[in-house]
Parts: sequence; C-alpha cells; structure tokens
Amino acid sequence: MKISVDETKCCGAGQCALIAPDVFDQRDDDGIVTLLDPEPPQDHHSTVREAAAVCPAAAITLDDIQDA
Amino acid sequence: MSQNDQVIHLPMPTDGPLEPPAEWERLRGQCPVATVELPSGDTGKLLTRYDDVRNLLTDPRFARPTTTDNGARVAPEGAGGSAATGDYELAIPENGEPHLRWRRQVGKYFTAKRMRALRTGMTKTAESLIDDMVDRGRPGDLKAALGFPLPVYVICDLLGAPAEDRERFSYWSDAFLNVTRFSKDETRAAHAEFIQYMTDLIAAKRAEPGEDLLSMLIKESEAEGEGMTDPELLSTGMGLLVAGHETTANMIGKMIAMLLADRSRWERLLADPSLIRTAVDEALRYDANLGGFGIRRYLTEDTNINGELLPSGTTVFCALPSANRDKNTFTNPDEMDLTRTPNPHLTFGAGPHSCLGQSLARTELQVVLETLLHKLPTLALAVPTDELQRVEGLLVGGLREVPVRW
Repeated sequence: MKISVDETKCCGAGQCALIAPDVFDQRDDDGIVTLLDPEPPQDHHSTVREAAAVCPAAAITLDDIQDA
Repeated sequence: MSQNDQVIHLPMPTDGPLEPPAEWERLRGQCPVATVELPSGDTGKLLTRYDDVRNLLTDPRFARPTTTDNGARVAPEGAGGSAATGDYELAIPENGEPHLRWRRQVGKYFTAKRMRALRTGMTKTAESLIDDMVDRGRPGDLKAALGFPLPVYVICDLLGAPAEDRERFSYWSDAFLNVTRFSKDETRAAHAEFIQYMTDLIAAKRAEPGEDLLSMLIKESEAEGEGMTDPELLSTGMGLLVAGHETTANMIGKMIAMLLADRSRWERLLADPSLIRTAVDEALRYDANLGGFGIRRYLTEDTNINGELLPSGTTVFCALPSANRDKNTFTNPDEMDLTRTPNPHLTFGAGPHSCLGQSLARTELQVVLETLLHKLPTLALAVPTDELQRVEGLLVGGLREVPVRW
C-alpha cells in the first residue's frame, strides 16, 4: 500500500489523525495533513482505508494494487 | 409528475421523535432535486441523495448565502435567530483564498492531537456533571444535566472565558440560534451583550495572553505579519459558540436516546467499549433530526445537478440526514450498526467548509459515552421512546429532554 495526500484539498478536519495516528498527523502551524508513514505495514491497512474513505475533502489516495 | 410540480414544505413531518421523514426515501428515489418552501415563504431546491449532496458541498465555487446574496431566508421577517436570517454578518471570510487562510489559522487549534490533549479535562467535567445529576436523584434529564453544559464549558475554556460566565454563554448561544422563542429585540440585545463581552475579553487577552485560542490567534497572526482584527476575533468567538454549542449539546442527548431506545445497543457497548468510536460516528449518521432545513448553498452561477439546470441565484438546501440514509452509499441504511466501518456520513458536511470542530465534537461525544458507560451502566430511558419530544424552532435539531434513570 502506498499513500498520497493532497495538501491543497485537505481541510484539516483531522479525521485521519484520529483514526490512524501512527500514519497520519497534522502540521502544528495550520492543521494540514502530514504523512508519518507513506507505506505503512499490513496491520495499519484497515484503519488507513477507513481514513481515506471518510476524509471529508477526499484528500487521501491509496495505491493498493499489491494488496488486492 | 415532473420534478417541478410539487412543492415540499420544510421542515417535513416525521412519525416519531427519532424517525426520519418518510418523504425522504420517495424524494431520493423519484425527485432528487425538489422544490421547497421555507417558513419565510421563500423557495429553494432540496437535495436528498448522497452523491448530489456531497458533490455540491465539496464544490469550491459555492458557500452559504450571505446577506448580500438575496438567498432564500429560513425564518419569517421579525423572528429571531441570527444564524437563520444572516442579519449579522460575521467578519469571517466566506469563500476562496481568504476563507482558507482564516480556516487554517483557526483550524490548527482543533487538530486531533490537541483534542486528545483536552480529553482528560473533558472527562473530569463530564464526571462531575454526572455526579451532580446523580445527587439530584432519579429520574434526571440527561440533556440539561450533561448535554447542554459540557460543550459550553469546553468552549468557554477554549476561549479563555472564566467559569462563572458559562451560564451567560449558554443564554447567548440559545438566543442566536432559536428561530421562534426569542423576539428580534431579544436577539439584538443578546448580540449586543455578547459583542461587549467579547470585546472586553479580547482586550484582556491582548493585555495579558493566556493559553487559550484567542490569545494564540492574537499572537500567531501577529507573528505572521497580519494580526487578526478585533472584529475577526469576535466573529471567530461567535462562530465557535454558534457552531459548537447547541449542535453538540443536542447530539449528546440524541446519541444517548438512540442508544437507549434499543437497549441491546447500550449493552453491546458495555460488553465491548472498543466500539465507542464507531458507535459515535454511527449515531452521527443515524440521527434523522439534525434540523429541519439542512445546510444551504447559494449558487453564484448556473449549475447542473442530476440533469436539472439550476439557475444562478438559487438557494439549495442539502438534506444531510437523508444523504446519510442513501442505500446507494450505506448498506442497510435504516439499521443502526455500531460497528459500521467506514462511515463516510455527511453530518459534518464535506469539502472546504466541512465542520472545523469535528474532532472536538467527536472527542466530546466519545468522552460522554465512555464516561456514562463507566459511571452509570444501568442507564435507561425513563419514558417510552415515542414520548420524547423534539425541540421546535431551533435550526439545530434535538430533543427537549432526555429523561433517564439508572
């Protein structure tokens, strides 16, 4: 799994950082998403998928092919 | 019947206090872009499908109507509720780059990390409010005892307002949001009081900064070269109160009512508290009583929605809880599933205007649920579910009381 985030779309809602705090964080100076781990291990995949699915700005994209 | 033949009146009637209007399902199926009439007599369009609502909310071209837009008004002339009429323009930029800048300045105070840091204090507040309710004896009103005070206490703390002023904040918040209970004069007076109070508070923070949101905004926006003006700070404070109090207060009451209405839900959470996080989001999705009008968007150019060309100048009402029950997005949408994952509900909106305080709201709801499960595991509704009464007149939907025993 490879994660990419679109900072220009991000609205700083923090959902991803609440759901998967080991993978996503928010910048202190504006609350915008930062990736702690763009290629997280398997045990984080389900929370990462959840974070991507519920992002209110659809700012998280997953390249998931190898897991399919 | 063509989509334009029938006019729907908002708010729509429902069969019970926790039930959705039956009409939503028909509208989603047959009339996804409906014509609606408001209590003011003004008309607009109503969207009920998930995809349509989400697409419009995430469209960066549009925002809620402003006073200069001539958008559809919710309340009739003379009725209170500044949030309803837009009588008082907030000095917060509504759209585009300036809105984004304001949002990022304030938003950094509401990160998930910061909210986690507030948890311990929130839990203490919730515990002491529950103790007070227990001391007063059974039955208690969970909304008045816990739902209403907790979020206003949290907002006062965020703004750095002293604890003894909490009751004043509660009153102002009510006066700003209630469409029918307050006269126009009362709303004006409340507004004037609030402005005076906040002006003094801002001056005090400028003189002697603390750890609160206002002090941080003053300090950091100055450091960035362009300090926030007093009107901007005041509007930010008002925005937080209007957006963060009644909404969360009512949601606390409704969430607990929904969980207790079928007590097997409560028991499931007692058995497995790890479901609290998904249960909170499912309560947010399942709530059919978010308010009778929905989120508004003012179209500033001709826009095609679901094959219908809506002209520039149209006010569109987005029925969020109807979108949250759309079977094309949610499996078994009329079931409250405490394990539902993912749960991309639209209760906090979506896109550039989605709720700034959603991490705060989620944290408050999780803390309330966790603390109640822990302290009052025998909690139950003290009246039959269908005797719960909806609040009338507020833009934010809720229950008047949530009578409970334990």
